Amino acid sequence: MAASVYRSEDLTFTVDVEALLQRLGNALEPDSLLVDEESKRPFECDGLSAYRELPLVVALPETVEQVQTVLTICRDLGVPVVARGAGTSLSAGALPHPQGVLLSMAKFNRIVEVDNARRIARVQPGVRNLAISEAAAPHGLYYAPDPSSQITCSIGGNVAENAGGVHCLKYGLTVHNVLSVTIVTMDGDVVTLGSEALDSPGYDLLAGVTGSEGMLGVLVEITVKLLPQPPVKEVLLAAFPTVDSAGHAVAGIIAEGIIPGGLEMMDNPAIRAAEDFVHADYPVNAAAILICELDGNTEEVGDQLNKVRGLLEQYGANDIRVAANADEKARFWAGRKAAFPAVGRISPDYYCIDGTIPRKRLAEVLRRMEELSEEYKLRIANVFHAGDGNLHPLVLYDGNVPGEFDRTEQLGGKILELCVEVGGTVTGEHGVGMEKINQMCVQFEKGALEQFHAMKAAFDPAGLLNPGKAVPTLHRCAEFGAMHVHGGKLPHPDIPRF
Amino acid sequence: MSDNQDRSTELVEQVRAALAAGTRLAIQGGGSKSFYGRAVEGEPVTLQGHTGIVNYEPTELVLTARAGTPLREVESVLTDEGQMMPFDPPDFDGNATVGGAFAAGLSGPARPWHGSARDLILGMRLINGRGEHNRYGGEVMKNVAGYDVSRVVTGSLGTLGVITEISMKVLPRPEAECTLVLEQDPTAATLAVENWFREGMPVTGAAMHEGRLHLRLAGSASAVRVARERIGGEKLSDGSAWWQGLRDQTLPFFASDLPLWRISLPPSAGNLDLDGDRLFDWNGQLRWLYTATPAAELRERASSLGGHATLFRGGAPDAAVFHPLTPGVHTLNQRLKQAFDPDGIFNRGRMYADI
Repeated sequence: MAASVYRSEDLTFTVDVEALLQRLGNALEPDSLLVDEESKRPFECDGLSAYRELPLVVALPETVEQVQTVLTICRDLGVPVVARGAGTSLSAGALPHPQGVLLSMAKFNRIVEVDNARRIARVQPGVRNLAISEAAAPHGLYYAPDPSSQITCSIGGNVAENAGGVHCLKYGLTVHNVLSVTIVTMDGDVVTLGSEALDSPGYDLLAGVTGSEGMLGVLVEITVKLLPQPPVKEVLLAAFPTVDSAGHAVAGIIAEGIIPGGLEMMDNPAIRAAEDFVHADYPVNAAAILICELDGNTEEVGDQLNKVRGLLEQYGANDIRVAANADEKARFWAGRKAAFPAVGRISPDYYCIDGTIPRKRLAEVLRRMEELSEEYKLRIANVFHAGDGNLHPLVLYDGNVPGEFDRTEQLGGKILELCVEVGGTVTGEHGVGMEKINQMCVQFEKGALEQFHAMKAAFDPAGLLNPGKAVPTLHRCAEFGAMHVHGGKLPHPDIPRF
Repeated sequence: MSDNQDRSTELVEQVRAALAAGTRLAIQGGGSKSFYGRAVEGEPVTLQGHTGIVNYEPTELVLTARAGTPLREVESVLTDEGQMMPFDPPDFDGNATVGGAFAAGLSGPARPWHGSARDLILGMRLINGRGEHNRYGGEVMKNVAGYDVSRVVTGSLGTLGVITEISMKVLPRPEAECTLVLEQDPTAATLAVENWFREGMPVTGAAMHEGRLHLRLAGSASAVRVARERIGGEKLSDGSAWWQGLRDQTLPFFASDLPLWRISLPPSAGNLDLDGDRLFDWNGQLRWLYTATPAAELRERASSLGGHATLFRGGAPDAAVFHPLTPGVHTLNQRLKQAFDPDGIFNRGRMYADI
């Protein structure tokens, strides 16, 4: 076997390939089972294409019964399973396992019902995020969480990762907008968690499964709540002479009691890249811009607009624009929504980091990131969900330059550790996946990691679902810790080191 | 103000001693919800004296407090900064604590619009059944690192461990609030409230009893004024006291010794068709009911409408308080309990006999 992205401890499955293929062949139609290399190739990576791995086989079930059968076969034969939605994960959460089945939920693409009166949509996991809002639009409703990849990402993947978006500060993440899920467990059982009521008896297993990165069960149906489209939306764009002043303005807006529908910040490199790409008439000389969306009823938004405009001036904005019409609103947002591909045009490759910090530490974190950028000789463009402190530094690199990707990964790791150091987290919305698993050792104590493993075992005793992701083993932390010494102390001095 | 004191070392020692001796523990905050859930036998673990607001930064919209901190204290600190706990947790007899609020996971009348305890929790510190004291989640809005243990533990009634610290999201208190009373039957009222909400009216409370709808509007002064003119009805002079009475169950409706049922239903669930005096909250999605209907029949009816029924107060000590779980969910609940509390020492039986 070629060198794997997986560690040897995650490659200890002994799989009877012949028995597996035979049983899967009996359970699925021939075109729902991909075995040859060429057919499997499109599934070798997700949105983090630096990590690639071919699975043993790709299974594309069409019914809940088929999902049950596939999981039962895998349980019987001790085969790992990685579930996959649209494959837009940015943390290699859907990276295939070389000894296992890649379970694609692409055929689960039906919107089962949109109920206007109850303001819910019941959908299959392969339905695209944006398709839910499109189906709800005739009723004046929409689904609030809007990851930047919403045109392609699937709702199942959103639940698996607890995806966010630009409206989280006011409308929450996926976990706040999902009422119920039906999962198939590794035992082959079909279980519904949550309900259409506002609470359910027993433990909140729905919250446990949301954001669990495909480690606890396979989603086969999801019920989301829908919200009325706000009657009024206003979008402001403000340019600031320093990133600091923009950061203070964000705190000022919230201190005033205003929670914007969206509040985004971009630094100068990101502004320039976006402007070159979409020509939204962004102020390219600004150190930072804020895009602020206010939504609600006419009176509330009117009041807030006046207050926000005053605050932006007070905090030193030197160019404040209020979108005059729907086209201009869309244009203000276009640059931000296209920030990642825009950066992709100015650099052969870019690597998107995702961490969250307490907002008051923004200036310090940016300064430290500049130092890291110089140390690693890699440029960084910054896009933030400013309202909730979720950072997306984009590291520009060239994958064709030997060693440059490794340096990029190291820099990314340093940035995430910095987020933890200032009281934040290694992932705000993209998930841990394979990408950030080492940094989990920095964020969580040994006892918490052990508790995570125990929780996984409650759902998946044999550890067959998405092994080697999301939660590091203590062995891994011991090895990683040997490289990362904080304050002269090893993070887990009580773990034997190899 | 309670003292700023950290008793976590002592609490960890108590849990470890209980593990060593095989003793069961009964966790207590302020005792304000001791009527809720099944009876528990065990050595008391009190969070009294484990108090203090550890971190509060109004512009970060986050407050962290030790579990024994009185809820009232948190509320008063937030009020001083023009902020609030959006999920409006009940305080009942006034002794509720922060830890108890999240352990019970109960939310007040604003729940359908402002979210629940589990929606607002950002992180917690927990002593689990291995005697490990760890932090889960954190103090930032967006955080998806690790399983969402804080939310899983919220509402678990102390059966998964001892919560020692809570970090929660807080929000600005609305500039203006007003309560309107309208004569309307529950079905018509539910529909009307939903339509007002869809039109952008700042609805944050809707309760119906004896043919009257109590409607709370909260938002900017101008939005509340316009909504009030549009909706009509009588303005209640002390609206906030009325909602507090509903939240803490001090309204006359709750002054009965009969068993009180709490029925949680999907939106527009329709009529339960059961006898007895009832009060609707959460725009009809939460129903309080005194009834002679046998528990099994009542639960059957709630299930058929997609909801569940809890014997909230006044049942026999050994009565099944919480709605029975489906077999698959029950198995997962048992396994989760095992994962957090392998020896079964925490609040054994408070939720279900075997959990």
